[in-house]
Amino acid sequence: MTAATVKSVYLRGLRAGAPFVIVVVPFSLLFGVAATDAGLTLGQAMGFTVLVIAGASQFAALQMMVDQAGIAFVLLAALAVNLRMAMYSAALVPHIGAAPLWQRACVAYLLFDQTYLASVKAYEEEPDLTLRQKVAFFFGVATPITPVWCAMTAVGVLVGATIPEAAALDFALPITFLAMVAPMLRTSAHLAAAATSVVVALALSGLPSGFGLLIAAACAMAVGVLVEDRV
Amino acid sequence: MSYSALQIWGIIGALAIGTFLIRFSFLGLIGNRDMPPIVLRLLRYTPVAVLPGLVAPLVLWPAATGGQPDAVRLIAAAVALAVGLWTKQVIWAILAGFGALYTGLAVAQLL
Repeated sequence: MTAATVKSVYLRGLRAGAPFVIVVVPFSLLFGVAATDAGLTLGQAMGFTVLVIAGASQFAALQMMVDQAGIAFVLLAALAVNLRMAMYSAALVPHIGAAPLWQRACVAYLLFDQTYLASVKAYEEEPDLTLRQKVAFFFGVATPITPVWCAMTAVGVLVGATIPEAAALDFALPITFLAMVAPMLRTSAHLAAAATSVVVALALSGLPSGFGLLIAAACAMAVGVLVEDRV
Repeated sequence: MSYSALQIWGIIGALAIGTFLIRFSFLGLIGNRDMPPIVLRLLRYTPVAVLPGLVAPLVLWPAATGGQPDAVRLIAAAVALAVGLWTKQVIWAILAGFGALYTGLAVAQLL
């Protein structure tokens, strides 16, 4: 394999990641605004965004801190929201598990919903990709998203309260996630898994943040395989 | 909030390390060892198993309306889902969802 083909796959990853930028902008901006609102400094808000780099859990932590929760509960809630990433990590093993450790560590740092979704989609559609091409594609997806993610939190802190509430940025996350899921509902097994996830998650919404979702996800994956066997 | 700067940085540091370890878990520990076929089949359903459950409460009980179901947000969610199913394109689903959200909010202002 030549270096040129790895580069072209990287560029394709970059194009696959580009649409997610418009999604990340409001989400990251909103975190900056919310963090300032909650009393964090610019440095602390950036600490969350650059070091934790997991939006939903950052909002969860912020909400718990505003509610004056004990530090242990802040950490538990935020980490529970991120437990789904263990499943993403496992799902990537068959594709890039053989990559060098440092590359796997970098992939882990950049493993969020968008990079995972776009990469796994490409790996499934093109099983002929080599290991190096698969790793290149992943980093390609992360390339446009990550700098924008970090920069927009800073912008959010600086412009703060000047964003009108009418922008309804709170709903950016649900719309994004629905838009990502809908094209994946290709088979009755995928539909059944998604429906199971919704029903169980809603039924268990009284459990501490994140735990109900984990149980719902486990049930949904089992239902997906069961339906697949029946068809 | 009443945390000291040191406590806040402690939270950030612990979350950063904990989140990285979650992400690194299988990639780091299992590496290139083979996984059982049943595990691989289960993992194919990870995104459709996680994201719908994550989104459902946010759509039904949005924080912006104090957890009360909101017609505009419900319609925007339905539009994003429908356009995504129809076009199979993430970007069109996102644009349609935001279009429906802002149209709905504007109409709600007028009523």
